[in-house]
Amino acid sequence: MSATATTTEAKPEMITFTEAFSRALHDAMEMDPTVIMLGEDIADEEGGGIFKVTKGLSTKFGGERVRTTPISEQAIVGAAIGASLAGMRPVAEIMLMNFITVPMDQIVNHAAKLRFMSGGQTHVPITIRTRTGAGAGTGGQHSDMLEAWFAHVAGMKVVTPSTPADAYGLLLGCIFDNDPCLFIEDQLTRTQTGPAPVKGEIIKLGKAHIAREGTDVSIVGYGRPIRDAMALAEKLTGEGISVEVVDLRTVSPMDTETVIKSVAKTGRAVVVHEAPRSFGCGAEIVARIQEALYGQLKAPVLRVASRDVTVPFSRVLEAEYLYKGADIEAAVRRTLDTGSRK
Amino acid sequence: MSTPTFTPQVLLEVWRKARQINLIDEKFRGLLRSGRLAAVYYSPRGQEILAAAMGVHLQPTDYLVTTYRGIHDQLAKGIPLKPLFAEYYAKATGACKGKGGPMHITHPETGVMVTTGIVGSGLPIANGLAWASQLKKDGRVTLVTFGDGASNIGAFHEALNMAGLWKLPVIFLCQNNLYGESSKYEKCTSVDHIGERAASYKMPGVTVDGNDAEAMWRASADAVARARAGEGPTLIEAKTFRFMGHYFGDPGAYIPKEEYEAHLAKDPMPKTRAAVLASGIATEADLEKYDAEVNAKIEEALQFAADSPFPDVGEIDIDVYGAAA
Ligand SMILES: Cc1ncc(C[n+]2csc(CCOP(=O)(O)OP(=O)(O)O)c2C)c(N)n1
Ligand SMILES: [Mg+2]
Repeated sequence: MSATATTTEAKPEMITFTEAFSRALHDAMEMDPTVIMLGEDIADEEGGGIFKVTKGLSTKFGGERVRTTPISEQAIVGAAIGASLAGMRPVAEIMLMNFITVPMDQIVNHAAKLRFMSGGQTHVPITIRTRTGAGAGTGGQHSDMLEAWFAHVAGMKVVTPSTPADAYGLLLGCIFDNDPCLFIEDQLTRTQTGPAPVKGEIIKLGKAHIAREGTDVSIVGYGRPIRDAMALAEKLTGEGISVEVVDLRTVSPMDTETVIKSVAKTGRAVVVHEAPRSFGCGAEIVARIQEALYGQLKAPVLRVASRDVTVPFSRVLEAEYLYKGADIEAAVRRTLDTGSRK
Repeated sequence: MSTPTFTPQVLLEVWRKARQINLIDEKFRGLLRSGRLAAVYYSPRGQEILAAAMGVHLQPTDYLVTTYRGIHDQLAKGIPLKPLFAEYYAKATGACKGKGGPMHITHPETGVMVTTGIVGSGLPIANGLAWASQLKKDGRVTLVTFGDGASNIGAFHEALNMAGLWKLPVIFLCQNNLYGESSKYEKCTSVDHIGERAASYKMPGVTVDGNDAEAMWRASADAVARARAGEGPTLIEAKTFRFMGHYFGDPGAYIPKEEYEAHLAKDPMPKTRAAVLASGIATEADLEKYDAEVNAKIEEALQFAADSPFPDVGEIDIDVYGAAA
């Protein structure tokens, strides 16, 4: 279970996203006795969560610290907030992101705002883990990416990883951050693998990551589309196109500096997310780029996103709804065809 | 309120409705197992009788609000097979044109108004349907069904309070199958019986063996009569059990074997079938004939679903908004 790769020749241990989430939760509980967990079905008696992320934790750390709750999302988030005010670091699981609509009051009116409204006397170091993503045929109430809602609320931090190692480091980053964090897990890539993280290595929030360096165009995004962008960047090297991939990691508060630095270098940007296009986080990213780089851009900044409709059930329609890797490629080519490539 | 008698004819009627649900559920599970159907499926196996015993009291014009585990409720309400099956098959001829899917079946013609995938969300909506009936004096009742787990959601308590206060013609049918996903009832619920919760909301709370056709039929008769008479809502807690786990493919490791077997020994389907035969209202041959009839209808509807086209890609932009007013 522990990371072993120490010699240069040794193949890195590969782990899935699910394993990365589990390890982060485990290690956080081991590191800090104030880390506690609550959510539906999360204890071992219930199988350790429907996605098995919390498996083993209640057995190892006890049912007091890892509690299965009733199906009561308001009570779950509220209890996390209350416990955090009293010095704990609760990690609340909201099984799927669509169910987070139920405790919105607790999140928006309380978790996000108590620090400010109390004049800094109290704060809410909670992590809300949730999971979502279209493409699995789960339809209109089990697939939404709602990150923009939370990014729009001052005081909330919104985080989503694009590799298992990031998943580990960023989840630890959320748990040990002193503000309320929403940590979004993608349900489609959960069995995909990547090199294992180093145990205990926290990735600090608020910093974007240059996932791949390039010179012709920057692809800026977060989560699952970063994986598409990385594959595309690899593919385009064959054509002599050099793509830089900027993974925000923390969607909000956004690391504007890293994004601007990248686009200032390439002069071209394609912004991508899975959520529907309109009023999504992409619009914010584009706005920041043009505010900073007006006059230096070689082409209009393009957005790739899913369609502005409810996620449909029928696979035929769901595929039409969802952004595609090919859309990112088309956008990249369009920006490159605009203006002169130096 | 004088409850009508539970005649052998009524028993047979309940059985027939339940058996149709049962045969369809078996068929679907077979299709899922063989990969010929690909959909998330929440089997109602074990909960057929309670749905049927309620369903026989309802008119097509009455309203139903149900959940992802709702196929038994929808069938008991009288939804036709073809649009239902075609929706499972994600086809253009489906009840919702393939856009909603099994978790969101809607068929207003038979009163199936909302199927939700969000636990507890149906109850407040049911109140609204019932309120409209109260305003329009149309004599309809609204049935909303949900699980034991749903009774721990805030929306349950808000809805019951409002319904009790406004004397709405609504029936809250809690199907207590003793588990919510993999969590046991006792671990998540503060009361021994969900029926007790009605006391806080000024309505009768009836806890009944949902797997007992007669008891469930009586409880339903009373609740429907009360709602139709404008006397207000009822909470029915129907005790039952789900034999196929939470979703199709759920290994159900969280259910102790002895517990499962004890419930299996009380499986309401064979029990009710035996009661029908014992009543003398039908013979073995009659029941077999009925099965054959239902199976033929199932095959016909499946063929229809299989032969139907997938929705046109352009359908994605339709139904987002209505025509400009
Ligand atoms: C608000 C909300 N929280 C969580 C879920 C995930 N979920 C789906 S079904 C279910 C269990 C529901 O149990 P119960 O109400 O007893 O109904 P049953 O499935 O047993 O029929 C859960 C937790 C959800 N759909 N909606
Ligand atoms: Mg249940």
